[in-house]
Amino acid sequence: MTLTTDRPTERPRTGTLVEQFELGLDAPICLTWELTYACNLECAHCLSSSGRRDPRELSTAQCKAVIDELQRMQVFYVNIGGGEPTIRPDFWELLQYAVDHQVGVKFSTNGVRVTPERAAFLASPACNGYVDVQISLDGATAEVNDYVRGPGSFDTALAALQNLQDAGFTDAKISVVCTRQNIGQLDDFKALADRFGATLRLTRLRPSGRGADVWDELHPLPEQQRVLYDWLMAHGEDVLTGDSFFHLAAFGESLPGLNLCGAGRVVCLIDPVGDVYACPFAIHDNFLAGNLLADGGFQQVWQTSALFADLRSPQTGGACAKCEFFDSCRGGCMAAKFFTGLPLDGPDPECVQGYGEQALAADRVVPAPSQDHSKTSPTRNQPVMLQLLTRPPSQPPVSACAESPLSGFTP
Amino acid sequence: MDDLLGEPWMLSPSVALRPEPFGALAYHFGNRKLTFLKRPELVAVVRGLIEAPDVRTALETAGVPASQHPAYAAALRGLAATDMIRRRTGENGAAA
Ligand code: SF4
Ligand code: SF4
Repeated sequence: MTLTTDRPTERPRTGTLVEQFELGLDAPICLTWELTYACNLECAHCLSSSGRRDPRELSTAQCKAVIDELQRMQVFYVNIGGGEPTIRPDFWELLQYAVDHQVGVKFSTNGVRVTPERAAFLASPACNGYVDVQISLDGATAEVNDYVRGPGSFDTALAALQNLQDAGFTDAKISVVCTRQNIGQLDDFKALADRFGATLRLTRLRPSGRGADVWDELHPLPEQQRVLYDWLMAHGEDVLTGDSFFHLAAFGESLPGLNLCGAGRVVCLIDPVGDVYACPFAIHDNFLAGNLLADGGFQQVWQTSALFADLRSPQTGGACAKCEFFDSCRGGCMAAKFFTGLPLDGPDPECVQGYGEQALAADRVVPAPSQDHSKTSPTRNQPVMLQLLTRPPSQPPVSACAESPLSGFTP
Repeated sequence: MDDLLGEPWMLSPSVALRPEPFGALAYHFGNRKLTFLKRPELVAVVRGLIEAPDVRTALETAGVPASQHPAYAAALRGLAATDMIRRRTGENGAAA
């Protein structure tokens, strides 16, 4: 008799698409590629704790080799993000290279480099309609947006949208992370999108990166989740969600889109230094599958990493298995559970059946971050809410024109 | 019977098929729609369209029994709705 430790290579031919996806694909469907950890802003909830460039970031030539590999793997499009991808000097060159190699690009930006000239380029035949632009905006008013994204960021985003519209770029996306502060603005976001001929995209706030520090304050309240669900049910057709709200399916009817956690199965992240993670919201050593420079390329990591094999093996529902909504909710988001210190096979921290709150109230240890590229000292772009969270001064601030060399000094 | 069975069809020129364990993933570079072909037989049919004088021949070549032709015709109509496949015209577009 032969003993084999290999997992069976035959997989069931039947089963729903979701069941097939849970077993993994030969190449990802939803690949995110963060080009740099550098950013002009310092959003309070940044999923990748971005701010400073990492000296090990992939060079232009290395990035082009990644695009070549994606073309060979038939990854038809990639979501490019960061950090702020457009502040890489070779960003536009890489964009053109991807388009020329049948890899469509959807890139996320805060708008800082979307000038009239760049907008004209994006609308031009050079991009061949293969480029999608997603402008991040987390409030329909400057007040709500700048609270988390920093002063001036609302105006920057709107200027970018205006430039795109003026250049004749059609169907830009306005990408909103839903928070406690902006759930009341859903109609306003829609109106804003209509005004710019754009499509609204709503996604879920996860406690990833710096998001872990502010999640308690920003994540929607239980009654707001209901508001969001009802709004999505009413506007499902005209609004994109990145399929990120499937935990809301436990309110009743499933939302359109894929209802499963795709991490390592159909979803994946390549970070600026070439590390491959199961999901853009799971930048942590526990979800690191390998590095495309050190481990023989992206395809090799995607197809052979032990972590991904594990994520693609049948999972147990744990405490959720008994829940009548498990088929549609599937226990929610792995990253949301992990970064709030909850067991991965239990309920989501925002479980709409209320089991998340119970779990959060129990003993748990929030994992320490395994990387942080935040700026080490604050800049003028830092959101105000972070300043409120830092240590209150023990004495009145020293005015800028205090002349005494000892001002502010307490022996 | 669906008229489509007697017509010449083909995969759209802007569509790429990526083989997957369950069948294939079809991506349309023009309208950027992603579709899943959930059976290897359907993938064989879609790939074979261009070589076949009509859809029925493509189905037979792929070994799809006649009893399933209506179901396949409906699936192909679904793919046609997003321009994943289109009717051949001109040269050997013989059928009426
Ligand atoms: S970990 Fe969360 S964000 Fe990532 S794929 Fe799973 S559900 Fe989506
Ligand atoms: S118990 Fe689990 S499956 Fe049920 S609704 Fe809550 S998170 Fe979803």
